[in-house]
Amino acid sequence: MGMTNSASEPTALIRAQGLTKVFGARSAVDGIDFEVRDGEFFGFLGPNGAGKTTTMRMIAGVSPRTSGTLEIFGQDPDLHGSEIRGQIGVVHQQETLDMELTVRENLLIFGRFFGMERAAIATRADELLELFQLSDRAKDQVEPLSGGMKRRLSIARSLIASPRILMLDEPTTGLDPQARHLLWDALQRLKRGGTTIVLTTHYMDEAEQLCDRLVVMDQAKIVAEGSPRQLIVEHASREVLELRFPNGTESIDVKVLEGIGDRYERLAERVIIGCENGEAAHARALEHGLDPESWLVRRSSLEDVFLRLTGRTLDE
Amino acid sequence: MIASLAPRAFSVFERNVFVYRRQWLIIVTGFFEPLFFLLGIGYGVGGVIGTIPYGGVEVPYAAFVAPALLASAAMNGAIFDSTFNIFYKLKYGKVYDAILSTPVGVGDLAVGELLWSNLRGVIYATAFLVVMLAFGLVQSPLALLAPLAVVFIGFSFGAAGFAITTHMRSWKDFDFLFIVLTPLFLFSATFYPVEIYPGALRWIVELSPLTRGTHLVRSLCFGDLNLFMLVDIAYLSAISFIGYRHAVRRLGVLLLK
Repeated sequence: MGMTNSASEPTALIRAQGLTKVFGARSAVDGIDFEVRDGEFFGFLGPNGAGKTTTMRMIAGVSPRTSGTLEIFGQDPDLHGSEIRGQIGVVHQQETLDMELTVRENLLIFGRFFGMERAAIATRADELLELFQLSDRAKDQVEPLSGGMKRRLSIARSLIASPRILMLDEPTTGLDPQARHLLWDALQRLKRGGTTIVLTTHYMDEAEQLCDRLVVMDQAKIVAEGSPRQLIVEHASREVLELRFPNGTESIDVKVLEGIGDRYERLAERVIIGCENGEAAHARALEHGLDPESWLVRRSSLEDVFLRLTGRTLDE
Repeated sequence: MIASLAPRAFSVFERNVFVYRRQWLIIVTGFFEPLFFLLGIGYGVGGVIGTIPYGGVEVPYAAFVAPALLASAAMNGAIFDSTFNIFYKLKYGKVYDAILSTPVGVGDLAVGELLWSNLRGVIYATAFLVVMLAFGLVQSPLALLAPLAVVFIGFSFGAAGFAITTHMRSWKDFDFLFIVLTPLFLFSATFYPVEIYPGALRWIVELSPLTRGTHLVRSLCFGDLNLFMLVDIAYLSAISFIGYRHAVRRLGVLLLK
């Protein structure tokens, strides 16, 4: 992958080697290696249950690892959790806003948890409310806010102490498309401002849009690593032909599928063909006597990378 | 001492200040219960009984009951906060998950919450002491130390309540709490001297933390300094320490998986 540690490489803020977490008999994270560099937008992509959240929790020092090494700012989170968390902002997947407090109070008390001075907190809180377009709701209770607003408030709250690393666990799950794009813009602004961002997601488009680099996780392991572009080039073909068969795909002959493109994946009602030229592949499919109900040609995406690596789609 | 033990505990305490700035009326309600008992039992029943022997002399029944009500007010303040409120935050509010993503650790969390639940106990006790002064039920200036003494009661019941709450699975489990609290209140030498109990039963009652707390406060209110007060303090402190340690360990199990 060409990741030599030359002097010109940005320093790694997070470094994990053989990181493992076992719950009872189940490995939630099974010997993963990764590095998050200063200033980058880093993603953990994978389906639910792949071990992304557990990894995030280990980084924040709220889940002691079973084995392996883990360093954040060069320190072990199991020994220096408090110091490390002082420089990390965490946004949980589930809403953890304080429903007994107002919007602004949520920011104020968080500043106190970080040990900031009251005057500095007040200034910073108003700045963040402005930045995340929540100023006019400052005195309101949290409960009636929309999902998008709550998520913005969660992020604003995590930034109260100006962290070096912002960690977001599935930040756009449950948001409507507009709220989602608003959030993406806000995250990209933060990144330009120099914040290192680590995010988990099971949305391919999100990972593709935001991440400089990402690891693909599946069943507690990292199955691929690189930039979105790199991953697509390495693990997927240029174009994808999708053929739909509502009556199922079991009866289709393997020989036929192999003859259409470079590779194929057979799903319950779809066949996905990786190829150089989708139109030409479609023509070959018809020549071989296939009769799909519908078809489409598109550029390869991370979805195809995941499918290729695991034989499953992300939402399965 | 608290600052070095749990440096960020005070910020957890402060969160509760934020919340109750708007809900102070809820705190006020807890003040009335001991007042009603004082009127109903202390003066109502007291009117029939008249006086009761205490420390070799006959004292007005209301003056005998009042210190016990002060002690149980502190107990109630601490225990309601450390059970219901903490259960809500632990199970539903997700408040602790957010707090633990900051530099605050489980030790800070426990100390901060215990400080708060104790403050509630101290507020109730102080308010009740004012009532006692107004009713002329205070027999010694040492009674002014009572709000300080109830800190031991507040910490022991707060810590024990917190520790028990970490084992609660649903609101239904709180029924068990009342099964314990009601007899604790009624039988802990609250309304009659502990000497009334026969043999072994008396020693069981002597082990009740509220009996110890009541003995401590009653001794102060009657200006009767005695060495058993040190036993009270040691006993309540031991419960506080064990409860705190257990609560912290359980918070680790529940929240730092």
